[in-house]
Amino acid sequence: MKKWILIFIGNLFSLSVFSQSAVTEGIEMADVMRASGKIYVVLLVVLVILTGLILYLVKLDRKISKLEAEFPPKDNK
Amino acid sequence: MAKLKLNIRINWWKILAIFLVFYTVIAGFLIKVPRIAIVQESVRNQFFHVSMWFSMMILLTTSLIYSIRYLSRSNMQFDRIAEEFAYMGIILGLLGLTTGSIWARFTWGAWWVNDAKLNGAAICMLVYLAYVILRNSIEDEIQRARIAAVYNIFAWATLVPLLYILPRLTDSLHPGSGGNPGFNIYDLDNNLRLVFYPSIIGWTLLGVWIIQLRVRFKILKSKLEDFS
Repeated sequence: MKKWILIFIGNLFSLSVFSQSAVTEGIEMADVMRASGKIYVVLLVVLVILTGLILYLVKLDRKISKLEAEFPPKDNK
Repeated sequence: MAKLKLNIRINWWKILAIFLVFYTVIAGFLIKVPRIAIVQESVRNQFFHVSMWFSMMILLTTSLIYSIRYLSRSNMQFDRIAEEFAYMGIILGLLGLTTGSIWARFTWGAWWVNDAKLNGAAICMLVYLAYVILRNSIEDEIQRARIAAVYNIFAWATLVPLLYILPRLTDSLHPGSGGNPGFNIYDLDNNLRLVFYPSIIGWTLLGVWIIQLRVRFKILKSKLEDFS
């Protein structure tokens, strides 16, 4: 008897899990892009742009630091 | 290229900003996200579009704090900092509007819909653009600083109901709106959180970095003006 109850409860869970995956599988995601590896191309492009911008920011920071060294700090009014 | 070095002891947070932003982009593109109808793959916008607004809120609140500090101390340095924080906040807000509009075009089929959340965000941006105009229209330095600081307090006070209260009182199409606190509707699972929270910190720190450069530039400029 106990065994049957356990099987029944187990069945309930397995059913719910099954139905859930059936619902979520139906939602379209970028699986093709990921399977073909093309998503990495997009990622690389974004990373290149970001790297360029950050390098520019670092250079700007250095330039301002150099100017600050030329004009020694005094207290602000 | 050899000159592209930052002093780590002072500038550790800039390196943290670079690290977090790169982490956001790489993980944001590649992690497994929950399959949600309608939102689909664009749930990844959480790391970019949504964190723009969160960072904006942090920057504008900091601007408010510096405006209050200016009013109580009358130190021009506080006014400069408040101004730059507000400007950077506006830029992030405008980026948030633009990215949201792009998302809406492909999700709802229109660049703009008359939604409480969207209109509230647009009005916020107008209120803060008025701050910029107000600043630029006053010649006298001290008068400008004082009026701008007072206006900033009022501007921030309109921000909270427009972005956080009114959209929740009505129905809204926007994910995370319409009666619910923003986090639940995305089904913010631990995978999303792992990227979302670092992304807020990363974008905010990047904004603070740009703000710091602009404040330092302004101090240099005022020194040059003193010379001549």
